[in-house]
Amino acid sequence: MADTSFDLIVVGSGPGGYVTAIRASQLGMKTAIVERELLGGICLNWGCIPTKALLRSAEVYHLMKHADAYGLSASGVAFDARKVVERSRKVAGQLNGGVTFLMKKHKIAVFMGNAKLDGVAGGLRKVAVAGKDGKSTALTAKNVILATGARARELPGMEADGKLIWTYREAMVPLAMPKSLLVIGSGAIGIEFASFYRTFGAEVTVVEVMDRVLPVEDADISAFARKAFEKQGMKIMTSATVKALTKGANSVTATVEIGGKTQDITVERVISAVGIVGNVENLGLEGTKVKVDRTHVVVDGWGATGEPNVYAIGDLTGPPWLAHKASHEGVTCVEKIAGVKGVHPFETKNIPGCTYCHPQVASVGLTEAAAKAAGHQVKVGRFPFIGNGKAIALGEAEGLVKTVFDAKTGELLGAHMVGAEVTELIQGYTIARTLETTEAELMHTVFPHPTLSEMMHESVLDAYGRVLHI
Amino acid sequence: MAINILMPALSPTMTEGKLAKWYVKEGDTVSAGKVICEIETDKATMEVEAVDEGVIGKIVVPEGTEGVAVNAVIAILVEEGEAVPAGDAKPAAPTPAAKPAPAAAAPAPTPAPTPPVGGSAKTHEGGRIFASPLAKRLAAESGLDLAKISGSGPHGRIVKEDVEQAAKAGTAKPAPKAAPAPAATKEPSAPQFVVPGEATTRIPHTSIRKVIARRMTESKQTVPHFYLTVDYEIDALLEARKAINALAEKSKGSKVSVNDMVIKACAMALRDHPDVNASWSEEAMIQYNTVDIAVAVATDRGLVTPIVRNADLKGLGRIATDMKDLAARAREGKLKLDEFQGGGFTISNLGMYGIKDFLAIINPPQAAILAVGAGEERVVVRNGQMVIRNVMSCSLSVDHRVVDGALGATFLQTLRSYIEQPATMLL
Repeated sequence: MADTSFDLIVVGSGPGGYVTAIRASQLGMKTAIVERELLGGICLNWGCIPTKALLRSAEVYHLMKHADAYGLSASGVAFDARKVVERSRKVAGQLNGGVTFLMKKHKIAVFMGNAKLDGVAGGLRKVAVAGKDGKSTALTAKNVILATGARARELPGMEADGKLIWTYREAMVPLAMPKSLLVIGSGAIGIEFASFYRTFGAEVTVVEVMDRVLPVEDADISAFARKAFEKQGMKIMTSATVKALTKGANSVTATVEIGGKTQDITVERVISAVGIVGNVENLGLEGTKVKVDRTHVVVDGWGATGEPNVYAIGDLTGPPWLAHKASHEGVTCVEKIAGVKGVHPFETKNIPGCTYCHPQVASVGLTEAAAKAAGHQVKVGRFPFIGNGKAIALGEAEGLVKTVFDAKTGELLGAHMVGAEVTELIQGYTIARTLETTEAELMHTVFPHPTLSEMMHESVLDAYGRVLHI
Repeated sequence: MAINILMPALSPTMTEGKLAKWYVKEGDTVSAGKVICEIETDKATMEVEAVDEGVIGKIVVPEGTEGVAVNAVIAILVEEGEAVPAGDAKPAAPTPAAKPAPAAAAPAPTPAPTPPVGGSAKTHEGGRIFASPLAKRLAAESGLDLAKISGSGPHGRIVKEDVEQAAKAGTAKPAPKAAPAPAATKEPSAPQFVVPGEATTRIPHTSIRKVIARRMTESKQTVPHFYLTVDYEIDALLEARKAINALAEKSKGSKVSVNDMVIKACAMALRDHPDVNASWSEEAMIQYNTVDIAVAVATDRGLVTPIVRNADLKGLGRIATDMKDLAARAREGKLKLDEFQGGGFTISNLGMYGIKDFLAIINPPQAAILAVGAGEERVVVRNGQMVIRNVMSCSLSVDHRVVDGALGATFLQTLRSYIEQPATMLL
């Protein structure tokens, strides 16, 4: 009989849950994790990681098609959708195995099944796990952390059917490349798929309800990215709404309202990427003091819910809905439970966001508009990729680095980037924000030459009228 | 794995403390919850318990050490048979984890014109203050002294929020430029008038003395005080006390003192005037929802103000018992944190020393303090006749930001009704 009494039970093994469990184990807690499907959750099996594998294939394909620009020749450049998907699944599989190993290494008990809060007994939280095999296991723990994540939001009347209308799930494992595609929603998920399918030749139309693509990003970055996407042949409709989807035998006709007029667009497939809803159902939250606001659990800066000894982290809670936010939030939560000294509540302004479309987009902190709205007088710096030697040598001269400073204090309020490899660069500015550096330290920092990172320096210099290379 | 036992912060204001006594020695096995040492903090002596189990591998800070910074390593806990890692056995004072003690690390903005004479002031090695670049700049722009700001960042690093908090609270103002503050002074903001000569003895400050100095200076300099003095006739109160104590004697209950009755009367008056039971803050007036009265108690180590909680709800007997217990433990330095932190009003009674009347300094962030003089027979005039009455003078010191003159006077009137007709305070 397996042990059923723990210090901590983590429900959900995505990047929030499994990292939380590891940290708990490091802190000496006897820890269990409950997963209903696959260790590693959506991120690792059906999200972040497999899409990055797909986008890598797209990038290599793109380069091969443009081999000529580098003085190389490649003929008969083609792709096999099945193999591209196969590689992506293999990558996910490898990481899933990695999480299994990590759980074992940290002596974390893994229970496969659906977990449900089941009251309190003798001061301990009870959790009932309905196993896949139909067996039920009763667990107890001092504390429970819910990390059940989220799933794609469905628009009423336009629910995904897995054949013609896809969510990220089907979009990740296409049997063949569709000739034409409509993407509803231009957030990170929508744009990444739009970019992937466009690179492999599909006619892609993106419909966005807001007035710009990637609406959470800085307006300059949105505008820059839109131009780049349109240059690649993507069709982008903003301030537009899909009113109806009519399914044919192997096609879908979308009725799109834009500028007061409606038009019909017929495509082979539709990807719905209109946001997410939290997985708050069947967790036994009813009758507890856990508060749910629009499908997400309400928590404080430590992940505490209204219910004693029940915590929540990650996509199940408030935005930003990002894997690294979930992991960090989980670590903060579990350290707080363990009474680790010097734990700080979560600071959302220091969480970077990355979108792996082509060109890539990455940002941290406040946009220029948000900074002004918050009452800051700002100094703004901009530096284009065309002014950077390394970018030109890479053949990636398309991009922009924008920085926003508080004019009074020199605080780096936000940094926004679009272009090659910016998702790897943003960390520099994230550290700057976490350490509360001002423009002075960023200017004093030596950036290696020749690198793309020099643009991060130049953008700061530009904000203070000292830019060197434009 | 070796675990560093750190100097705990036992109160929010604590930056350093004295390691008064070790209850364990190197090699002793401890379990979680075992008292390992005693620390003298701002206001009391506290026992520190082990949170992990293990063997005391090394005592880093010997007993009797003063000025041990919060978060400094005071001892190292190892597992049975494990050696103490060499790297961890560093002395406590200059660890980066430690917050620089305000006095020690504070470079007064104007350097001392003369070197300290015969001072034994300790300086932090290197004197480095850990602060984020943004925090440093914000402090410089607002004219705040980083040395007086406590950091909430990793290892006590001062971050933006700490400076903003300090700016809001109006603390961390640097020493006035006119006052030459020799680096040796414990209080950089206090001008030094004494020229130490041959015929003086230097007695190092206790932490409690430093706190009293800092808080009283801050109060007198930043709180706009005004004073109201009244005479209360206490013949009825003394009669009532006699009757109550006669009963108490029979039932072996606690005897009630005049001061206990003043506590009760003040509590009732505060309940009637919640706007006196309040504190000033820049954003809003903060009214306390409970009537908690701090009572000044003189101890060998200095002034301590234990608190009688919910004094308006307690009977006189209960107040007397509470007060007796609090005062006794205050004298032993055994008060718990929550027993002397907080309170909405203070009573200071020097009547037992024959003091007729005095003006007290407000105990921030409270808005008022009542100074109680001796009850004595005085001649008063009643209907054109001189008569002898027991009279007690009381002076209320008031924070004008919170309470205006008329309100203060009304409060004293209400207090009169309770003191002069003691039966009403029992209602």
